[in-house]
Amino acid sequence: MKKIQPNEKLNIPNILQNLENYHPKRKGWTWRDQKDIKLGQFEYKQASPSLKNSVPLQSANYLGGIDPQPDAVITAEIASGRFEDDIRRMRMAAYHGADHIMVIRTAGQSHFDGLLEGTPQGVGGIPITRKQLRAQRKALDIIEDEVGRPINYHSYVSGVAGPEIGVLFAEEGVNGAHQDPQYNVLYRNINMVRSFVDAAESKKVLAYADIAQIDGAHNANATARDAWKVMPELLVQHAINSVFSEKIGIKPENICLSSVPPAAPPSPDLKLNLPYAVALREFFDRYKIRAQMNTKYMDSSTREATVTHVLNLLISRLTTADIQSTITPDEGRNVPWHIYNIEALDTTKQAMVGMDDLLSMVGIKDTGYIYDKKREIQERAILMMEEIIEMGGYFKAVEAGMFVDSGEYPERNADGISREIDGGIGAGTVIPRDKDYMAPVTAHYGYNNIAQYGKSFEKTPSKLIDGCTFEKPEKIQFIDEMDETDNVYLRLKETERYRDSKLLKPEVEWLGDGVVTVDLFFPIEAKVAAEAAIKTGEKMNLTDVEVIHKEVLHPSEGTRVQIKGRVGFEINIDDLTLPEEVEAMSEEEIFDYVKKHPLKVVAGTGGNDEHSVGIREVLDIKHGGVEKYGIKYTYLGTSVPIEKFVDAAIEMDADCIMMSTIISHDDVHYKNMEKLHNYAVEKGVRDKLVLLAGGTQVTPEIARKYKMDQGFGRGTKGQHIASFLVKSHKEMKH
Amino acid sequence: MKERKDDFNKRRAHLKNMNDQELKDYFYQLSDKMIAPLIDHGYKNTSPSIERSVLLRMGFSSIQAKAIVNMLHEHDLLRKGAGHCVYKVSNDKNIDIIAAGVEIQDGKHIDYLKEVFKVYEKNSA
Repeated sequence: MKKIQPNEKLNIPNILQNLENYHPKRKGWTWRDQKDIKLGQFEYKQASPSLKNSVPLQSANYLGGIDPQPDAVITAEIASGRFEDDIRRMRMAAYHGADHIMVIRTAGQSHFDGLLEGTPQGVGGIPITRKQLRAQRKALDIIEDEVGRPINYHSYVSGVAGPEIGVLFAEEGVNGAHQDPQYNVLYRNINMVRSFVDAAESKKVLAYADIAQIDGAHNANATARDAWKVMPELLVQHAINSVFSEKIGIKPENICLSSVPPAAPPSPDLKLNLPYAVALREFFDRYKIRAQMNTKYMDSSTREATVTHVLNLLISRLTTADIQSTITPDEGRNVPWHIYNIEALDTTKQAMVGMDDLLSMVGIKDTGYIYDKKREIQERAILMMEEIIEMGGYFKAVEAGMFVDSGEYPERNADGISREIDGGIGAGTVIPRDKDYMAPVTAHYGYNNIAQYGKSFEKTPSKLIDGCTFEKPEKIQFIDEMDETDNVYLRLKETERYRDSKLLKPEVEWLGDGVVTVDLFFPIEAKVAAEAAIKTGEKMNLTDVEVIHKEVLHPSEGTRVQIKGRVGFEINIDDLTLPEEVEAMSEEEIFDYVKKHPLKVVAGTGGNDEHSVGIREVLDIKHGGVEKYGIKYTYLGTSVPIEKFVDAAIEMDADCIMMSTIISHDDVHYKNMEKLHNYAVEKGVRDKLVLLAGGTQVTPEIARKYKMDQGFGRGTKGQHIASFLVKSHKEMKH
Repeated sequence: MKERKDDFNKRRAHLKNMNDQELKDYFYQLSDKMIAPLIDHGYKNTSPSIERSVLLRMGFSSIQAKAIVNMLHEHDLLRKGAGHCVYKVSNDKNIDIIAAGVEIQDGKHIDYLKEVFKVYEKNSA
């Protein structure tokens, strides 16, 4: 497959070509290569190798661009309804550290009796089909080469077609899957016997394909009224799925418990969540932990969600997390947008790297509150299991409404979810196998009288048919499209004008969706502010304006409102004047040069200008100014007469003058630049001096037009100026 | 379940003196007990989805697998295994697997299968 460069876009139509012949290059789950690493000046203990291509955290700008990767596999859940747009987001996610891409299924798929085919658009997720899986796996195969780390691809094996989906996943190189029959029973009202019978087959297939399995216990705390009271039951649910899976044949290191810290602030988060995290990890230490973030108490504030999620990450670091999942901070508002997937990934990377090796410094006590509480949770779970057995087993207990009761076991509030053993979707479809029952395929669970056709087939039943699709992928039948009115080609056509063209539109999830957000404050109560915000959006010519977030700053003094809406216009790239790229040398290069060739600068604010903040930022070591690189400077102050710059430079034998000029009234900043140049010429020092002008209204083009060597505008860092100075000094010497 | 006050302190009497390891061992003993009958269900039974998944592995498309399983289900033949039925027809009639399945899907060979498998006799595994 053709390798892709960072400056090259993924070609989605190309990915869709030749899918009928595409087979995944790799199967099974991959953990990160966990090891100590050294990056820049730092050592990390809970880490993994850096990526070939990535986007580091912003603060890496000050730390040599390092992008340390934590030890845990990091998840991004990406499913906007259009898998072709999700592919682009997957690539962005991989650059920000995701190596586990989870695809949520479209609403209703779990009740579909069979496999979906083609590429219809989804709602709240995407329809999982062979074509869609193959296209995304193919794209991820390209992306994982680009970032230099295997990417685990993941979706859901549940509903009434679990075993078929399991087989599909095994064939198409899916690496991780949710599989927990309890999810079917409790939340999808699928018949409980059918769910467990199907689960046995699904799990056998997952085991064969080395697919990591994640359970569904976390749904209990997303459903229960008071999420933290369901903690004892969570241990029971984890036990049911984990032990069941292991007995079917999934190896313990592929059995992952999906655990969410059940509580969130303003409840005392750690006091509730930490003992639970300890209780869980102690009992289930033979399995892996997939640490998920809390969604239960999320509302529209992305900031508040982020803080909760950072506390969740603290718990991961205080205990363990083999897979660290991320929840986007906008999940309380809408199906996640691009930017929030990336925010969640960066939050996770930042917090995990920031808390590297925490347990070498602090520890969890094994006495007092935390011990007593974790022990209590464990004992409550055991008591619940005793009662389930006493009642006649799992099915009887579900019938009685034992699960997802809002009381903390053994307290019961009579509001649990109850299902009938012979009720629900798929009831009456469980069929006892006869003595001569047979299935000539690999990874089939349970009774299989293959011996009737020869003892030799017992270990490899598929030999009876000369191999099944697991050994011979060429036997797989590929179905392309089923619906002429709903498929990826029609959608690609709709957005064709924005694909690899000169036209741009703002976007939150789908190419060309045109959605923008506007953040507003109104000095009035919330109700009025919300309406005013919508009106504002309309006056800005946005359509489909909606309030997505409201925050009271004071009941009468003011409200913050965020709205979203669509723009109707397009931007043509040819109409844009792109700012000149400011070159920056590496910090080491500058340091080295200045060490060998000491440089001196005189600086100040020119003319009648008292603005000194900007120039201090690019001078002082404290702000990462030129001083940081060993460049000596003399600060002449504010409102410095132009002549004084040159006189001072001569007196101090300086190499450069840095003049800040903020005020632009009457073009005074241009005039000062010319004046500086002319005076330097007059004094005969122009060719010995590098003249630089900077300020909010200064651009490189303007500065050069008015005889400066270079100009620096907004966003300039000391590194840029130092780079230019070093470069000019080199040239002057030659 | 009926409403019930929290009687944890009373119920836990027999757990109180177990050390942490004993408690964990007991937890897994109970887990095994809960799981055993569920595993047994999985071992002895099948379902339309399991049978479709067998056919997929034999090289049928999802559409073919669904139609074949529906046909066999209607005639009470899933208890022999859908893959078994297809294999039987393929083997006995000397046609390839996919062709055998497609013919079953169209209602062919059903009587043959019923006869050869003696579907009127119950003989659960």
